[in-house]
Amino acid sequence: MSWGVSGVTVRYRTLTALQGVDLQLQPGEVRAVVGGDGAGKTTLLKVVAGALQPETGLVRRPAAARIGYLPASSGVYPDLSVKENLDFAAAAYGANGEEVALRRRLLLERAGLADVTRRLGGELSGGMRQKLGVIRAMLHRPELLVLDEPTTGVDPISRRELWWLIAHAAAEGAAVLVATSYLDEAERAAELVLLDGGRVLASGTAQYVATAMPGRLYTGDRAPGTEDALRAWRRGRRWRLWRPEGCGAPDGAWLEVAQDLQDAVTVALLQREIEARAGGAA
Amino acid sequence: MWAMVVKEFLQLRRDRRTLAMMFVLPLMLLVIFGYAASFDVSSISAVVVGPGAKSFSHLVKKPFSLVATHPRSGSAAARRDIQDGTADVAFVTSANGQVTTVLINGADLFTAKAAETAVAHMAQGEPDLRRIQAELKRLIPPGYGVPVLTSPAPPKLTVLYNPGLKTALVMVPGLAGVILVFVGTLIASLGVVRERQAGTLEQLAVMPLSPWDVLIGKVAPYFIVAAVDLTLVLAVGMWLFGVPMHGSWAVLILGALLFLFVTLSIGVLISSVSQNQGQAIQLAMLTVLPQILLSGLIFPLASMAAGVRWIAYILPLTYFVQISRGVMLEGQPIGDLWQPFLYLAVLGVVVVTFATLRFRRLLNPSLGHSRRRRGPSAEAGA
Repeated sequence: MSWGVSGVTVRYRTLTALQGVDLQLQPGEVRAVVGGDGAGKTTLLKVVAGALQPETGLVRRPAAARIGYLPASSGVYPDLSVKENLDFAAAAYGANGEEVALRRRLLLERAGLADVTRRLGGELSGGMRQKLGVIRAMLHRPELLVLDEPTTGVDPISRRELWWLIAHAAAEGAAVLVATSYLDEAERAAELVLLDGGRVLASGTAQYVATAMPGRLYTGDRAPGTEDALRAWRRGRRWRLWRPEGCGAPDGAWLEVAQDLQDAVTVALLQREIEARAGGAA
Repeated sequence: MWAMVVKEFLQLRRDRRTLAMMFVLPLMLLVIFGYAASFDVSSISAVVVGPGAKSFSHLVKKPFSLVATHPRSGSAAARRDIQDGTADVAFVTSANGQVTTVLINGADLFTAKAAETAVAHMAQGEPDLRRIQAELKRLIPPGYGVPVLTSPAPPKLTVLYNPGLKTALVMVPGLAGVILVFVGTLIASLGVVRERQAGTLEQLAVMPLSPWDVLIGKVAPYFIVAAVDLTLVLAVGMWLFGVPMHGSWAVLILGALLFLFVTLSIGVLISSVSQNQGQAIQLAMLTVLPQILLSGLIFPLASMAAGVRWIAYILPLTYFVQISRGVMLEGQPIGDLWQPFLYLAVLGVVVVTFATLRFRRLLNPSLGHSRRRRGPSAEAGA
């Protein structure tokens, strides 16, 4: 059974956090939600997890006992030990018995937390806390696993361990929704949704989103002139310049390059910014 | 340093609720306690029993307030009237209209002391028989015989339940309630705020737990700790201060459990409406202080201004003080205490209802749009 949302709109007083968002989640697959700060990622995840009811739109989700949710704050009790945090989650979800104990041991070992089970949640490093939060969310084998930026501020090794956990949950059959600010992580997902200002700018596989980028992309050593200033950005030590369809190639030493996901996402955000400015000017 | 001062002011300005409480709370407490803080008892309820009750009842003056006259009843009925709270003082009269015994309820310390003083004043108001006898002797010519006036025996003053009018005996049963208020309201008020500040409340909201599960789960540990606290306080109070236990332990325990449930629910309710621990503590103090000062524990309810006294009647400690003193000092059975039990139960229902509603809202921000479902769902927004 697939889960997801259709035409979801959420407003916080005068602020529209989500506007007509659609999202499909399939069992055994990871979907990533990407976007900048304030794009609406957390709001979308809250709606999917059941922590927030949309103003309009349809939400399909399993029973609360079959959902695992990692809030942006990790949801770890700072005054409970690692073991006690997991005991509480297991009891709350009714996940007890030998199988759960074995699963907990396996997940803790793979996450590198097996030796710190007596340590308090408040004494864990940021990465450890996130890993514990993910284990807590997936301990009861949820059908739907919703993770709000599990890897933000986490070192590369812990990120790798976190992604092992995420992939493991999907391999067990869970439909996984992950919010992330890292596009390399989004590329790992079966599909991604790019949000900005509460709207979906692009969605599909990473390859589809990258190739669906309109216009052409160029790279050069120098910043472009004022005409292209809004369509250029630095990437590494070089500049990228995006030209919409019909604008032709830029003058000077610019070479056309094939875009990747990072370029496509940047273009999508720039395009929206340019349209917003044009709308404002009009 | 200046930067620090500015930062603190900015933060304070944004925390409107704390700011409001910093100004409103002291003013409110000053006004309320100013009117409540009085040891002067202006009215003492009294019954008159015995064959001379009717004639003596005309002589009952302020501060005594006559609530009943029972010419056919005796001392036992008078004691019963005091035990069940009908009156604070009972005058037992003889056939010639003289008061033979004055019974005073010692469980209400200040009322008892005021009653003692008032009875002494009444005795001083008796006619000076020696002076009258001398006057008669002067006026009546020799040989006519001067009548011999005999002074009635002074009434026997009996203070019930607390013969020595010891403060500790009256305070300890009530102080047990104060301790329960501190443990219950103050500590429980931090429960939900901690979840909010740790960021775990959101996680609770999506767990398969009902608001009732969370409420009971929050209250139960404090309930057990407070029950142990109560046992300790009463045991030490009885051992150190010799507080008696004239009534039934079962009635006291029932009252304490009911009171504890109300105070814990108040704590949880406070916690659910507070944004941070500072707010929770301030709100808790807003309920704890009036309970200590207005419940009749320190100042007698009868001596409070009427405009303030009604506050006492919505405070749970008022009723627990009545129950604990009634059971421990006066040996009142549950039948005599039905009123405080009933009011505590009503308060409990009101507070728990509010706390549950608040929890439901807190754990389900969607409630404004539609009810949350626990099963698989396809929910449509409005």
